[in-house]
Amino acid sequence: MAQITMTQALNLAIDEAMAEDAGVFCLGEDVSAKQGGGVFKVTSGLTEKYGEHRIRATPISETAIIGAAVGAALAGQRPIAEIMLMNFVGVCMDQIVNHAAKLRFMSGGQTPCPIVIRTTTGVGVGFGGQHSDMLEAWFAHVAGIHVVTPSNAADARGLMRASIDANDPVIFIENILCYGLKSEDPGPGYRVPLGKAAIAREGTDISLITYGRTVLDALAVADDLAKEGISVEVIDLRTIAPYDEATVLASVRKTGRAITLHEAVRPFGTGAELAANIQEKCWDSLKGPVRRIGGTFSAVPFASHLEQAWIPQKSDIVAQIKASVGKH
Amino acid sequence: MAQIDRDKLLDIYTRTMKVNRTDEKFRELLMGGKVAVMYYCVRGQELVSAAAMAALEKEDYVVCTYRGQGEQTAKGIPMEKWWGECLGKATGTCKGKGGTMHITDPETGIMVTTGVVGSGLPIANGLAMASQNNGDGRVTLVSFGDGAANIGGFHEAMNMAQLYKLPVIFLCQNNRYGEHTAYADHTDSPNIATRAAGYGMKGVTVDGNDVHQIYPAMVEAVARARAGEGPTLVEAMCYRMMGHFFGSDFSYMPPEHIAEMKAEDPLPKLRKVMLEHQFTEEQLDAIVADIDAQINAAVEHALAAPLPDTDEIYKDVLEETA
Repeated sequence: MAQITMTQALNLAIDEAMAEDAGVFCLGEDVSAKQGGGVFKVTSGLTEKYGEHRIRATPISETAIIGAAVGAALAGQRPIAEIMLMNFVGVCMDQIVNHAAKLRFMSGGQTPCPIVIRTTTGVGVGFGGQHSDMLEAWFAHVAGIHVVTPSNAADARGLMRASIDANDPVIFIENILCYGLKSEDPGPGYRVPLGKAAIAREGTDISLITYGRTVLDALAVADDLAKEGISVEVIDLRTIAPYDEATVLASVRKTGRAITLHEAVRPFGTGAELAANIQEKCWDSLKGPVRRIGGTFSAVPFASHLEQAWIPQKSDIVAQIKASVGKH
Repeated sequence: MAQIDRDKLLDIYTRTMKVNRTDEKFRELLMGGKVAVMYYCVRGQELVSAAAMAALEKEDYVVCTYRGQGEQTAKGIPMEKWWGECLGKATGTCKGKGGTMHITDPETGIMVTTGVVGSGLPIANGLAMASQNNGDGRVTLVSFGDGAANIGGFHEAMNMAQLYKLPVIFLCQNNRYGEHTAYADHTDSPNIATRAAGYGMKGVTVDGNDVHQIYPAMVEAVARARAGEGPTLVEAMCYRMMGHFFGSDFSYMPPEHIAEMKAEDPLPKLRKVMLEHQFTEEQLDAIVADIDAQINAAVEHALAAPLPDTDEIYKDVLEETA
């Protein structure tokens, strides 16, 4: 099987969904052929196949983009709306939170809102304070939305298909640093079900629960620590909300220790919810407190060395794991 | 003056009185303490809603606001379901989970009732975009007030609608107040419709209390949208004759404004038009009596209807919980 990058994986998933269902269409800033198929090229080549009505380049109008996606979804279509960078969701939160997320409930089930909101972000590319944040916790706190992020190209293909299939809104977070990651192509029609975590690496001493780009750090650390006799189980949530509670709890009951890891800032992050839930439900299995690792509680800085200091370091992860398992 | 045929006049009159009698009944129930819910009175704006809905087909989409009773009842939501929802009953359009501010009834094209000022316009674009994509021939009408013209979503939506020539009608019911703030205290330009020119869009301002102005303007806007000629901003000048919501203070309305409103009340004006078109007092009274009987029956039905099961709080969150 051929290798594909995450960019190609997303493009393939969108392409095959558009080919199968005339109701699937993309809209967002710079997404069409005239602008090069999206700032990260995810919709490259699709305008030529499906035309400008189905790959709609929009004005810089996030509220109008998401509002249009909501309306089209109510009329039975399956829009894929792109918010170029995750921080721009601040412009259109009303449409996402008050409308997309709630219309199924407020209508008594009459108007589900099947939209995929693709967005990119990531710390480590020098984009500074307004183009880098991981804001998944904002959406995880709202009932009625799935929050999804892939850590590898194969999952990207499968999660995107499943997100387009879903009959509810999905926030689909693409980490800029992951676009070039390669996987073996899982092939056409491949789906990774929403709400299903992956055990990215099996282990017995501690559960390291993470998602997105930090899965790579977690796997690298697990490799290193294996040499020191510490067996780390890495869980890639893939769907951040609603998350795969069964897999997480089963892992922690097995290992007796847990650490949550995310790029987003630590206070009130998704790690806090995971830790609280684990402590409520796995108290008797736990050998120590659940620890949380996250970004520094400040704006993402610009200068490269500051940015690197801001994000969780592999050395932080190693130190936390060793402190947890009692080996220094 | 554009002519409106007698059948259409009768249709508009019937819809107008349905809106008005529903409004009167709601206030009666609230005054009598039989019901205690949020309600946004539409007294003074009945004709605008009725004429707009009379210009649409049953399949056309509507997006309205919390002050949307006029669009909802005039578009034809079955009264029992409408009252059921307003009273928070299991028999309501949304099983009692939406309420007065979130009435939804896709069967009659009422797709969204938003409680957030200005949020309906971008959503209306999406409904219209779906029609443009799939060629179903529907148009979408979104109703909002003068207050909504000052929120960002208005501008984003107007620009996008014109850019794509979407089959959408922006109906601004300029009722001279945004919440509790008078028009002159929130906007310096004399009209909202003039903003359309800034987007390259057609905009018109009409007297929403005169059936011979509002109805033809709506028909033209609908025809343009349906023909693929793009959106229209129709500003219907009207009066909100009561406070922002039922029970709210409206002593801020100056006496000369109240006198002006009363002189322009659309109901006596419409009745005069009907009489000029050889409808009789008896005919018109009989229509109202029939509407009242339907409303009373619907209210009784809703009052007696069961409450939603408390399990409903867990349902319809995501498809898995449907």
